[in-house]
Amino acid sequence: MNCDHCDKPAVVHEIVIKGGVSNEVHLCSEHAIAAGYPLPIEQPIADIFPKLGSVAKVEAAKSKERSAKCAACGLTFTVFRKSATLGCPACYDAFMPMIEKVIESAQDGATHHLGRSPVGGVEIERVQNLRVKLMHDLEVAVAAEHYERAAKLRDELKALDSQTS
Amino acid sequence: MSQVGPDSDVVVTSRVRLARNISGFPFISRASNPVRQEIMRVVRRAVDQSCNEKNSSPEMRWIELQSAPSRDRILLSERHLVSRHFANSDGPRALALSKDEHSSIMVNEEDHLRIQFLCAGSRLSDAFKAAFTLENALANCTNFSFHPRWGYLTACPTNVGCGIRMSAMLHLPGAQIMKETDRIKRAAKELHLAVRGYYGEGSESIGDFFQFSNQTTLGATEDALLEEFNGIVLPRLIGYEREARTAALTRYRSRIEDIVFRSHANLSAARLLTSDAATKDLSRMRFGVVMGLLPVELATIQRLLLQVQPAHLSLIDPRSLESEEADREVRATYVRQSLTRGPTDTK
Ligand SMILES: [Zn+2]
Ligand SMILES: [Zn+2]
Repeated sequence: MNCDHCDKPAVVHEIVIKGGVSNEVHLCSEHAIAAGYPLPIEQPIADIFPKLGSVAKVEAAKSKERSAKCAACGLTFTVFRKSATLGCPACYDAFMPMIEKVIESAQDGATHHLGRSPVGGVEIERVQNLRVKLMHDLEVAVAAEHYERAAKLRDELKALDSQTS
Repeated sequence: MSQVGPDSDVVVTSRVRLARNISGFPFISRASNPVRQEIMRVVRRAVDQSCNEKNSSPEMRWIELQSAPSRDRILLSERHLVSRHFANSDGPRALALSKDEHSSIMVNEEDHLRIQFLCAGSRLSDAFKAAFTLENALANCTNFSFHPRWGYLTACPTNVGCGIRMSAMLHLPGAQIMKETDRIKRAAKELHLAVRGYYGEGSESIGDFFQFSNQTTLGATEDALLEEFNGIVLPRLIGYEREARTAALTRYRSRIEDIVFRSHANLSAARLLTSDAATKDLSRMRFGVVMGLLPVELATIQRLLLQVQPAHLSLIDPRSLESEEADREVRATYVRQSLTRGPTDTK
């Protein structure tokens, strides 16, 4: 049943009796509001609007995720999502929320490694992520013909390697 | 490498493969060729050092694939030592390979290292031990990328944790005849196993050969993963196939005999043979051999399954490279002679 005044579906249906004559009234939500009818509430308002704040938060998180980039190897989120392949160990932290979802769904909900670990452990890893960054910056500097910066980066790499080996 | 091992009636080969990356380097997708060269140098040094240690790991040959002739690369992939993708891709990459061809390391595949042990029959726990022995030896000479939460880091985030892939190549003619293969595949997927064809990822199953491997690598210890795959899943698959074979033979004996003996006759008489056709008939003969219908050695069938592959065939007789027809003719002649007179060549 459509509204008496337009083609939209009617939401208000009333029988109005005036001077002994009964009249059916069918109105869409706009015309019902205009005529001063209270709208029939099918869903509590709280259910329709409650999540605005959280929607905004999710959106903000998503746009932050989309603009994420690994500081060490320069891989962007967009490229990662297309290839499903990471650029370096530091990517695991750079794309954390996405990685977490991918791993948990591929690994039947598992969230932590329980197996063997290397003798050297985690301390080494931090230094090594810095090394990946220096290598990446060096390639960028060379490609842009910033030779002074490249030379400086090469020295830093050498210093780091002599420190760790 | 020997051709036959425990439970060889069903399990053709067992393999354990460990994915590792050298820390301090980008993963392969972000590594330029000079960086890949450097990764190869680091791995090679680790291989040289660790394999020089007394009684630790086997002596390794070092094969650089970017400069290896195409036939050698195909030979390696026919032997399941490298993936087809690795054999054909570009860029600096290498294979370290032990003399007995059981142990190998793919360098610069999807990850910096894919350490693997491959052997005939159902020997996953031997393969597991051997792969970790080699991994430990290498870990003494270089650092593998490791995350406190995710474990060993891999280029594809779905392989993190233990970075272990255990595979068994199964021959399932019984399940195929009883039309149970789809059910087995579905059950395998529910158990988080991957089912692939004869040449791994993306390949078709030829001759009822299916490769089963674990997908779960996180949230359990390596030993628990081995126990689950080798102690529970694999025996069930083997048992299921054996039951299917017995049932098939009881129900369709003459049909099966017909298939088996026709395949034998086919291969003993053919004058032209493609590798796919040969593989199919050898698979049927294999079924006949393990069911005691055909008086042929299983090792002979296994050897032929390898030798009918194009690159292996060209080692036996290089004339196979001259044309497609020559390839088919050489294959048919070789198979015919092997089956009627016994092997003339044990390469
Ligand atoms: Zn209206
Ligand atoms: Zn990165």
